[in-house]
Amino acid sequence: MHPVRRQRLLLVLFIVVFSSVAIGLMAYALRANINLFYPPSQIVSGEAPVNTRIRAGGCVRPGSVERSKTTLETRFSLTDGVVDFPVVYSGILPDLFAEGEAAVVNGSLNKERVFVATEVLAKHDEEYMPPEVAEAMSQSGGDHDETCGGMAYGS
Amino acid sequence: MQRLKLFIPLIVFALLAVLFWRGLSLDPTEMPSSRLGDAVPAFELPTVDNPEATITPAIFKGQVSLLNVWATWCQACRIEHPFLVELAETEDIPIYGINYKDDVEEAKRWLEQLHDPYEFSIVDKEGRLGLDLGVFGAPETYVVDKQGIIRHRHVGIVDQRVWDEEIGPLVARLREE
Amino acid sequence: MVPEVGHYALILALALSVALTVLPLVGAQIGNQLLMHTSRSLATGFFVFVAIAFACLVIAFIQDDFSVSYVAGHSNSLMPVYYKISAVWGGHEGSLLLWILMLSGWTLAIAHLSKSLPLSLRAQVLAVMGFVGVGFLLFILLTSNPFDRLLPLAPQEGADLNPLLQDFGLIVHPPVLYMGYVGFAVSFAFAIAALLSGRLDSAWTRWARPWTNTAWAFLTIGIALGSWWAYYELGWGGWWFWDPVENASFLPWLVGTALIHSLAVTEKRGLFKSWTLLLAIFTFALSLLGTFLVRSGVLTSVHAFANDPERGVFILMFLLVVVGGSLTLYAFRAPVVHKSVRFSLVSRETFLLANNILLITIMVTVLIGTLYPLIADALNWGKVSVGPPFFNVFFVPLMGFLCLLMAPGVSSSWKRTSWQQLRQLLTRPLVVSVAAGALFPAVYGDEYHWEVALAVFIGVWIVSAGVSDLLYRLRHSRHWRDGLRRLTLSYWGMQLAHAGIAVTTIGVCLNSAYSDLRDVRMAPGETVQTSHYEFVLEGVEQVRGPNYVAQEATIRVSHDGEYVRHMKPQKRRYLAGGNMMTEVALDPGLFRDLYIAMGEPLGDDAWAIRVHVKPFVRWIWLGAIFMALGGGLAVADKRYRKLAQRQAEAAEPSLTGEART
Repeated sequence: MHPVRRQRLLLVLFIVVFSSVAIGLMAYALRANINLFYPPSQIVSGEAPVNTRIRAGGCVRPGSVERSKTTLETRFSLTDGVVDFPVVYSGILPDLFAEGEAAVVNGSLNKERVFVATEVLAKHDEEYMPPEVAEAMSQSGGDHDETCGGMAYGS
Repeated sequence: MQRLKLFIPLIVFALLAVLFWRGLSLDPTEMPSSRLGDAVPAFELPTVDNPEATITPAIFKGQVSLLNVWATWCQACRIEHPFLVELAETEDIPIYGINYKDDVEEAKRWLEQLHDPYEFSIVDKEGRLGLDLGVFGAPETYVVDKQGIIRHRHVGIVDQRVWDEEIGPLVARLREE
Repeated sequence: MVPEVGHYALILALALSVALTVLPLVGAQIGNQLLMHTSRSLATGFFVFVAIAFACLVIAFIQDDFSVSYVAGHSNSLMPVYYKISAVWGGHEGSLLLWILMLSGWTLAIAHLSKSLPLSLRAQVLAVMGFVGVGFLLFILLTSNPFDRLLPLAPQEGADLNPLLQDFGLIVHPPVLYMGYVGFAVSFAFAIAALLSGRLDSAWTRWARPWTNTAWAFLTIGIALGSWWAYYELGWGGWWFWDPVENASFLPWLVGTALIHSLAVTEKRGLFKSWTLLLAIFTFALSLLGTFLVRSGVLTSVHAFANDPERGVFILMFLLVVVGGSLTLYAFRAPVVHKSVRFSLVSRETFLLANNILLITIMVTVLIGTLYPLIADALNWGKVSVGPPFFNVFFVPLMGFLCLLMAPGVSSSWKRTSWQQLRQLLTRPLVVSVAAGALFPAVYGDEYHWEVALAVFIGVWIVSAGVSDLLYRLRHSRHWRDGLRRLTLSYWGMQLAHAGIAVTTIGVCLNSAYSDLRDVRMAPGETVQTSHYEFVLEGVEQVRGPNYVAQEATIRVSHDGEYVRHMKPQKRRYLAGGNMMTEVALDPGLFRDLYIAMGEPLGDDAWAIRVHVKPFVRWIWLGAIFMALGGGLAVADKRYRKLAQRQAEAAEPSLTGEART
């Protein structure tokens, strides 16, 4: 074969092999590493898988946060206003985490269908005004409860 | 042949553009509201004008209505308010308010100063009704049909555009049902 | 009054940028010198009016003009004045204005610093910059005007800037990052000008290279600053999260890196021409894509701006016009190489080709990981997120491979390299780096980490191969000082940037292997013991800042029984927004950082406290500084100015003559 052609053939072969290996690996890695998002209703109804890394989110039900006396373990309930599911998390909660606020949790459901979170995210949406921000705007003072000011659902 | 290869980047980009176009109409922060298609949750609450009143979801029966969540701490509600007043005057649709996590006296003053577009405003001081509805903040507006079932939820300010494109046509359709 | 002036200045800037797009382009097409000469003054005007608009917004912030909706949403009269100024780019509208300011600044720089550029090429380049300016000015004026008033109900007080953003990192990070993003608009403009004029020779690459290197250096520093900011400000102790917004800045960096290498081949050997043009288009397209992803709300992120689909539609349209248009132009006008300049399998060309393939592969994996949630949502596969493991699985081995190839790439010659030459140059570095890699984990730390051995091997391999190449180049000089003088600045830049990669690699790997991370419950008097450090919580007390109150813990740190220092992390509550913020206490060092952050109070005076010992974490950013300095040295190389000038003088008459016929 002509040396230029051979070089070109090698190049094409290299690209084909390389890219198919890459695509295969990527598909595999994606399957192993994506976290599906489940709303509270699907977790309660049993649609969400057990012992698989998933994401869930909702509003932290006021009054449901319980902290351990000796460790960093925290238990709370997430709700969509209709149903609740329990979450247990061991670690430091984000600054914006509070009762009545939206939160997203990463982790998995254990056999008792308690959500064991490895990560808790809380987020305020800037455009959609939670009462405490509004309070500062008007400087009226007084104690307002926090509310679910924006959800980072599915993020 | 050589020239054709140069079109590959363009084709890849076109595919991506379709994806982004689709992506714009999807909202990753969308909260699937479990209340859509359900009846307004049960409550028994007073109104801003009358602390003795007990309002129940029975009020929604018989006509298509709007349920608007507002509060005096909510700057966006202040922007929305004039349009609601206009709506109450021009359109024949009852608007019920939910005064959400607010001070009742301040709410009264607000309605006196800025006009009251509402049939009446339900006082939800603790936010319990809001939680049951799945309210995250204010303003939010729900469209409730003749059977008292929530058919639509709009998060944020209702203005002429939202009314013309989103809520108005739905209300007209629900009235025919 | 001031906001209105700003608004009008933006409208005038729009008018000027439209003129900047049209006049010089028409001039270049019909060969009208007069029209082409307008480009410089129009570019200056474009910059001046954008600068006026920006100054007006800064003034509105300094004067606490809360009748301007953007100011009311992002500032507060209690904030110190430097945060008021940096708050200008703390939100969507203002940061967009900063983007445009940078764009007009780059346009101004091309207009005035490239005297050697042939007139027609300069006119075309400036016209493309003007066109990008038109798009962004329309965007800001139509969908996100920072000068909108909140009338008639102006609030007395602003809502405050998100406390996360009240920080030195935010003052510097976005401007530098945007300098990089927007700088690639210059490479893009050069590419489009090359496609329009059909002129793509080594003179062209010599003009385009310094601009590309500058943009790349800025982007490198910008990304490093972002990572550093996240490290000390978010309070999680991480420095990279594979978050969509971070990825948005990393994607153009990857392609930009490929671009500066591909430009080298195009300049020296006249190869990869179409490919270089494509990379220039892609780099800017990815910068725009980043803007789209961050501002349209199609992906969620901790850093994303408030979303607005209307804005998304606009940017998508603009993306379609710019990228779709330029790729169409590319498809019709890119040079198809008929005569193939040959290079042998073992040559610098091959190594640079491998560099490009690897970088593009990495870019594609990061892009797919970033977009996958969007793809899944569009195809109704459910709402998903892609975690860091996905990115690491690809990034780490591919990057490792790239680093391995770096040494032979530097040591090889253009066209053909003998195995013998490589062996001669690389045997000693190989021995040194294998020994260093094998020994380091045995000496440092308590456990033997294989990944550390590998990382140290790679780092030493790159650096020692660089040194070996340097010695090789000095071999003929009678005195090493003469030899050093003969080496070009761009050679030093290349060496420094590669050393930067080595430093960052070592930093990343050693930090992840040796970090000691503890999240604990601590009451006053309690102790946390790591392998060498002891942390004692002495107490927590309340302190007051200008616009916040804070709980401040005092923690005594000692190393193997010896007192090091007291560290004071804070938990702040900002008065205006009521936002809670963690202020990390850091004890930085070249070989280790101590990192303490307060979590929430747990009752009984106890606090959740995060105590981290992070070895070598500074190396990550130190490496980035090396890389950027390397890019800067390459720009300073004399040959760009001298040769470009000579080429320009030679090229000018023929080009204008050609255009006239």
